[in-house]
Amino acid sequence: METHSTPAAPLLRAENLGKRVQGPEGPLVILQGVTMELRHGEAVAILGASGSGKSTLLGLLAGLDSPSTGETWLFGTALGGLDEDGRAALRAGRVGFVFQSFQLLTSMTALENVMLPLELAGVADPRKAAEATLAEIGLGQRLHHYPAQLSGGEQQRVAIARAFAPRPALLFADEPTGSLDQATGRRISELLFRMRESSGATLLLVTHDPGLAAACDRRLQLDQGRLVPPS
Amino acid sequence: MNRWRFALRLFRRDWRHPELRLLGLALVVAVAAVTAVGFFTDRVDRAMALQASQVLAADLQLSSHDPIPPRYTDEARRLGLQTTRTLRFPSVLVNGDRTLLVEVKAVGPDYPLRGELRVRKSPGSAGQPVQHGPEPGRLWAQARVFDSLGLRPGATLELGRSRFTVSRVLSRDSTEAANLFRIGPGVLMALADLPATGLVTPASRVDHRLLVAGDRAAVNRYLEWARRDLPAGLSLVHTSNARPQLRRALDRGGRFLALASLMAVLVAAAAIALSGHRFLERQADATAILRCLGASRGLILQTLVLRLLLLGLMAALAGSLLGWLAQFLLAGMLADWFGAPLPAAGPAPLLLGLGTALISLLGFALPPMLRLGAVPPLRVLRRDLAPPPLSSWLTGLTALLAIALLMLWQAGEPKLAGLVIGGTLVTLGVLLAGGRLLVWLLTPLRRHGHGIWRYGLAGLARNPAMTSLQLAGFGLGILALLLLAVVRLDLLDAWDRSIPERAPNQFLINIQPDQVQALQSFLAAEGLPDAGFHPMLRARLTGIGDRRVRIDDYSDDRARRLVARDFNLSYGMELAPDNTIVAGRWWQPGQEDEPLFSVEQELARTLGIRRGDRLRFRIAGRELEGRVASLRRVQWDSFRPNFFVIGTPGLLQGYPTTYITSFHLPPGREPVLSRLVGRFPAVTVIDVSALMTQVREIITRGAQAVEYVFAFTLVAGLLVLAAGIQASREHRRQESAILRTLGLRRRALLQAVGIEFFTLGLLAGLLASLCAGATGWLIARELFGLDYPFNPGLWLVGLGASALGIGLAGLAATWPLVVHPPLQTLREG
Repeated sequence: METHSTPAAPLLRAENLGKRVQGPEGPLVILQGVTMELRHGEAVAILGASGSGKSTLLGLLAGLDSPSTGETWLFGTALGGLDEDGRAALRAGRVGFVFQSFQLLTSMTALENVMLPLELAGVADPRKAAEATLAEIGLGQRLHHYPAQLSGGEQQRVAIARAFAPRPALLFADEPTGSLDQATGRRISELLFRMRESSGATLLLVTHDPGLAAACDRRLQLDQGRLVPPS
Repeated sequence: MNRWRFALRLFRRDWRHPELRLLGLALVVAVAAVTAVGFFTDRVDRAMALQASQVLAADLQLSSHDPIPPRYTDEARRLGLQTTRTLRFPSVLVNGDRTLLVEVKAVGPDYPLRGELRVRKSPGSAGQPVQHGPEPGRLWAQARVFDSLGLRPGATLELGRSRFTVSRVLSRDSTEAANLFRIGPGVLMALADLPATGLVTPASRVDHRLLVAGDRAAVNRYLEWARRDLPAGLSLVHTSNARPQLRRALDRGGRFLALASLMAVLVAAAAIALSGHRFLERQADATAILRCLGASRGLILQTLVLRLLLLGLMAALAGSLLGWLAQFLLAGMLADWFGAPLPAAGPAPLLLGLGTALISLLGFALPPMLRLGAVPPLRVLRRDLAPPPLSSWLTGLTALLAIALLMLWQAGEPKLAGLVIGGTLVTLGVLLAGGRLLVWLLTPLRRHGHGIWRYGLAGLARNPAMTSLQLAGFGLGILALLLLAVVRLDLLDAWDRSIPERAPNQFLINIQPDQVQALQSFLAAEGLPDAGFHPMLRARLTGIGDRRVRIDDYSDDRARRLVARDFNLSYGMELAPDNTIVAGRWWQPGQEDEPLFSVEQELARTLGIRRGDRLRFRIAGRELEGRVASLRRVQWDSFRPNFFVIGTPGLLQGYPTTYITSFHLPPGREPVLSRLVGRFPAVTVIDVSALMTQVREIITRGAQAVEYVFAFTLVAGLLVLAAGIQASREHRRQESAILRTLGLRRRALLQAVGIEFFTLGLLAGLLASLCAGATGWLIARELFGLDYPFNPGLWLVGLGASALGIGLAGLAATWPLVVHPPLQTLREG
């Protein structure tokens, strides 16, 4: 098992990834033969229609799920050799997430949501770092608001702050503008790329929005579970 | 990362979450219920022990036919205990030409140390409690003395060589209630007057007593010291080895209270299970995000355990405080009944509160919590990845263990705990199966029903697992309350009925064989049916099997007391109706002359007598031997003459014998006694009305205590119901908003919710009534040996109250959701 990573080596590499599940009418192939890699600092968009397997691929690449076939190397470590705890430890403090449905914890304030990954990463003063990140994204006045007291756009900004606060090396974003109107979506998109630029994080973005994908360095097209040349 | 600090932070944040607050509240309510009952029963237990000490007029009593050695008084004083002495002896009061056999008790100035002494200025006036005995030169006598001798208070009469003024009517001396074999009406005099009377000489047959009372710990130390080297002829009696009748009453009171507190535990368990289920279900999302952000399974579990422990600790403290406060109200109410403030509770219920909180959390929340560690991080992308299922053998097993542990702890006796656990398990099974059956039955109704009925019933079928769980939770709560109703109403009634209304209240002893016929005719002529005339012989037990009976062979006080004194033996061919053979056979016609004994089972157990053993007795200087043919259970509270040991006529006839009988003397017919004594002067009349009053009082107080415990458990049960409904509010809120958006009117929505909850309540009530009835029957029969009558009222109340209670509570809980603007609800998500 490889355990080292160098700037020259890809940050994320997937080889022949496949995912098959048992459906009510027999086995169902969701992903098949996906081979790709992600290099330090680049932003890659995975495009595809609903049901094309985008979110499944993101889950496999982030180590949230195990593939039926193939292998993923994250930070040079083969995920297949790790159990779920090992994969979680690999993500801690180095991987950030932004979800379509925000996934903020409703019982926590904006500040506490952002502090959460910092606390898990063992940052010395998580409150200070979280406050700084929220201020950076323009929510310095909303620190103690609960998700229910924030608009959709504000919630997604908190989610972005939570993702970037521990200064991750790699950020996974799953349809980050999918639940937002066009104008808000555009602002969130700008924020996401601004934060990525300032942090230098590598970005893997899953979207069906060509506009959002256009802002990335590279685009991969997923169709019925297979990577196809971009249209 | 400091896991404690992280857990603390999470806990602080979780606290705002309705689910944790709900779980916390359920725990607080549970702990409050248990500790209030705990504090309360602890105080009542102590008060009941005090009641027992009333009979002794002390915390413990040393008695002997010889003067009690001074070292027993010295040691008591050394330990800071109060002491006083009494001397009791039969004597004759003389008023002119009239005489009366009385039992004189000479008491020290501090008498009684415990218990109650009441006197009246005249026979018709109200009794006044007094804290001391009569002054020198005065006598206090029971009303019958005045009646028999034609006296009025203030009259003078002779006792021995002294003349006394009979100044007061002695209306109550709580010790006398237990003095079953009193030979005449009681008279109290000052100990200081005794020497002048010349009544007591070294040869006199006098009952000397030393009464000791004080701090419980010191009394226990004294008890240990006195027990160590107790000489033969000196007996030690304390509150735990009082007379069998009284012990039986106290034991029953204790069992009823234990059962009542057991119900509080049951209700608590239902509350924890319901709210814990919702809390842990909600934790799945947060766990998935934490896992996604890199938290290990170990961290998830550790922080959850720490948070739950913290919650348990806080709930235990808050609940115990609440319980402690709540019991003051109960104690305030009970103070009047006990005639004195209840003693302060010990700290044990605090431990009970903490233990209950932790056991409940670990038993009902731990298994789902362990499964939270297995929540897939992928849930952040796919909400359909539900948290691992709640139902599993582990969940069931730990819940069962927790219930068993809590019940055993509360009941203090495995049999009682086992019965209630059995009832609970059967109920849970029936309720879960009933829930499933209901869902199944609702399927066609949902398809073919109309309007709000279809929607209301669909509410139950929507989530079969939740319906079953709610049914089980509600059903258990209702069962607990119904079971208490069974205890309070049916079992107590049955218990009360077990003491016959016209139970004998007068015993006649020292009846000479040639007086039996005449006395029988006398009682018949007075219209007073007797309980049969039984021969009675005084005998000393000298051997069991091959071994000689020696007091030092026994460590148990009761056993030592039994072997130190004479037994009252009887003989006969008929087994008394209140006696039941539990081992061996009662002798048959033709066995009259065989040397056989029948022994009361508790006595046999205490002295180590088994069926088949040979017993040797000494009667009037002669030894006789017989084989134990049977062991008997005696229903002591029948108040009929009963005997520890009965022999065959052939074995015991021919020895000096007197007869004993008992009869019921209705109120107002007391002059019969004077006529009886006048005609049969040698017969001793023993008035056991006082003892019966004492037993009934203790029973009634026990019942009232259970009733108040029941009231508290009822409040806890209502809160549990509210918590159960509260737990399902979240998805109802969302659903109500959608339905109202789709055009369902507010009233129709309320009707539908009403139909759902009334139906749920009806089924829970039906099943709980069934189980409560069955469990009540089992408890009555197996534990208390009572006949349990089927009570249709229980079913009606169970069904009606459950449907109405859950229906109204459901409506009340959903009312805010219905009036909440749907748009706002949908926006809030």
